[in-house]
Amino acid sequence: MRKMNFAQAINEGIKNEMRRDPNVFLMGEDVRFGVFGVTAGLIDEFGEDRVRDTPITEEAIAGAAVGAAAAGSRPIAEIMFIDFITVAMDQIVNQAAKMRYMFGGKINLPITYRTMVGAGISAAAQHSQSLEAWFTHVPGIKVVFPSTPSDALGLIISSIRDDNPVLFLEHKLLYAMEGEVSDTNDPIPLGVADVKRSGKDVTIVATGFMVHKALQAAQELAKEGIEAEVVDPRTLFPLDKETIYNSIRKTHKVVVVTEEVKRGAWSGELAADIAEDIFDVLEAPIKRIGSLNTPIPFSPPLEKYVVPNEIDIINAVKSIA
Amino acid sequence: MDIPKEILLTMYERMVRIRKFEEKASELFAKGVLPGFIHTYVGEEATAVGVCVALRDDDLVTSTHRGHGHVISKGGDPRYMMAELYGKETGYCKGKGGSMHIADPDKGMLGANGIVGGGLPIATGAGLSIKLRNSNQVVACFFGDGASNQGTFHESINMSSLWKLPVIYVCENNQYGEFTPQKRHQAITDISQRATAYGIPGITVDGMDVVAVYEATKEAVKRAREGNGPTLIEAKCYRFHGHFVGDPQLYRDQAEVQKWMERDPIPSFEKQLLESNVVTEEDLRKIQEEVQHEIDEAVKFAEGSPYPSDKEALEDIYTDLVEEGRVR
Ligand SMILES: Cc1ncc(C[n+]2csc(CCOP(=O)(O)OP(=O)(O)O)c2C)c(N)n1
Ligand SMILES: [Mg+2]
Repeated sequence: MRKMNFAQAINEGIKNEMRRDPNVFLMGEDVRFGVFGVTAGLIDEFGEDRVRDTPITEEAIAGAAVGAAAAGSRPIAEIMFIDFITVAMDQIVNQAAKMRYMFGGKINLPITYRTMVGAGISAAAQHSQSLEAWFTHVPGIKVVFPSTPSDALGLIISSIRDDNPVLFLEHKLLYAMEGEVSDTNDPIPLGVADVKRSGKDVTIVATGFMVHKALQAAQELAKEGIEAEVVDPRTLFPLDKETIYNSIRKTHKVVVVTEEVKRGAWSGELAADIAEDIFDVLEAPIKRIGSLNTPIPFSPPLEKYVVPNEIDIINAVKSIA
Repeated sequence: MDIPKEILLTMYERMVRIRKFEEKASELFAKGVLPGFIHTYVGEEATAVGVCVALRDDDLVTSTHRGHGHVISKGGDPRYMMAELYGKETGYCKGKGGSMHIADPDKGMLGANGIVGGGLPIATGAGLSIKLRNSNQVVACFFGDGASNQGTFHESINMSSLWKLPVIYVCENNQYGEFTPQKRHQAITDISQRATAYGIPGITVDGMDVVAVYEATKEAVKRAREGNGPTLIEAKCYRFHGHFVGDPQLYRDQAEVQKWMERDPIPSFEKQLLESNVVTEEDLRKIQEEVQHEIDEAVKFAEGSPYPSDKEALEDIYTDLVEEGRVR
């Protein structure tokens, strides 16, 4: 096992795939340096053709990935912040997600859209959003959301190898997080959840940075004799419902924690699935934790108030456990 | 110079105010006092000031992520700006916007913008409203060289030229979009050439020369007010600081920065003013001192102000609804 941080793990995964497959290339704004350094250094090995700085033009980046993929390349397209993906929505939602279906399966689009999500650095309303639900809503796109360096490495590799458009979400507060990763750059399949902590009293399903908040909460709860199991789906679609359901069959209680604005969140979809599929095993109402239904404010105390934290998770668990 | 002394002094004062505000903000950010990130306007003062001084108070502007200079040029108050940078309740946006989202609608400033290219359609729509309301205002739309590659640039200027809207599109060509030099993000050097594609006048001016920018804007404003439609002004300029405070600037040569700094718009304007005997050194020094005092006061004001209360986070989303809070 090697130690690296989350940003380095993604860099390593991209490097691995670019070495393996000459059709893989990377494009985005200032990827030569990489905002937060994620793609730094790749240009030295692979050159300007395959590590391609684009003009500031998200729609053309997203759409050029569609065209390049349709013509036989395997693009990794970076949209710096998920907030800017709004500029590129036609190409992702109407083109990338639908082309294969509309054309009767005749064209594959092996695209990885990488983008940064989340609050926590006072980047304010247009640089802090969690918009994953928009994309899990659209048939034709897979959505990947790692929470550790090891998962980031294995999942970026699988995302690049996948023959479908994949949206790969990187929470900005995770980049500096260190962890052990595979020595052999093993892929982690999409659609397989991971139990980050086992427990018998309550299931906490958490995504992205919230996985770490959930683990903190679980530690606190353990002091009071409540053993929480923390399940990280790792991919929001395809979703490993079985791992989640098996945990709930054991604990009979569930709290779903995501950083999204709660209204219309992906967490609501999961809660609905649980209610539809395994209502009979539940011994308490399903709880959901999310950000308040507001844009992300700039001022640090306000941002802290709007985004969920471990106290919210502990309170939710205690209300049902 | 046949520009009235009063206007020249306003130009000078606003340029100095931008410079001193930005220097203070950078210093505070570097010390870890200010949250988020900050894009300074240092070096580009002549562009915003030259444009805004050619506008009327009731004229409108749209801005960018590098917006402090636009707010000050339109007459904004450094106290409320500084408080906003601190995330305090007394800031222009009650601390909810921050450096990248300052708006001062009372002064015609329709807001800074975190989305590159986001302001172009907004300026166009403001121009449309002016036309529909027959209000005889104009709009100045600031955006960067990098933004000129966004679809919104092309879509907005096409619409504006078609409908002859009273908009002055001001491209601050500071030679870089983030870390990318112009020659690696577009295959042209004069962005003003793009005006031809939309059938409107396009001119390139020296963005380091406040008087040149002012004269060019006056002409464009006249055209807009007379109902003859938009103009694209490209102001060639340079940002002296990094893209954001703390940017290591690995993408450019210090020699290049030095070369542009020799053309610093503030000392060159001072020289112009003194040589034409419009002002004395004493006048300039007085302005500098007053502005410095004002900026120091702005910091005191911001530091003495409270943070917004939690409930502030739930307000201003709608005019008639308040969102639910949380219990912790
Ligand atoms: C839609 C969008 N894409 C990317 C960014 C990230 N970004 C912020 S500023 C910037 C560079 C803008 O360059 P330019 O328009 O020349 O303005 P300058 O910073 O030089 O003033 C970039 C890429 C953004 N904020 N919005
Ligand atoms: Mg620029």
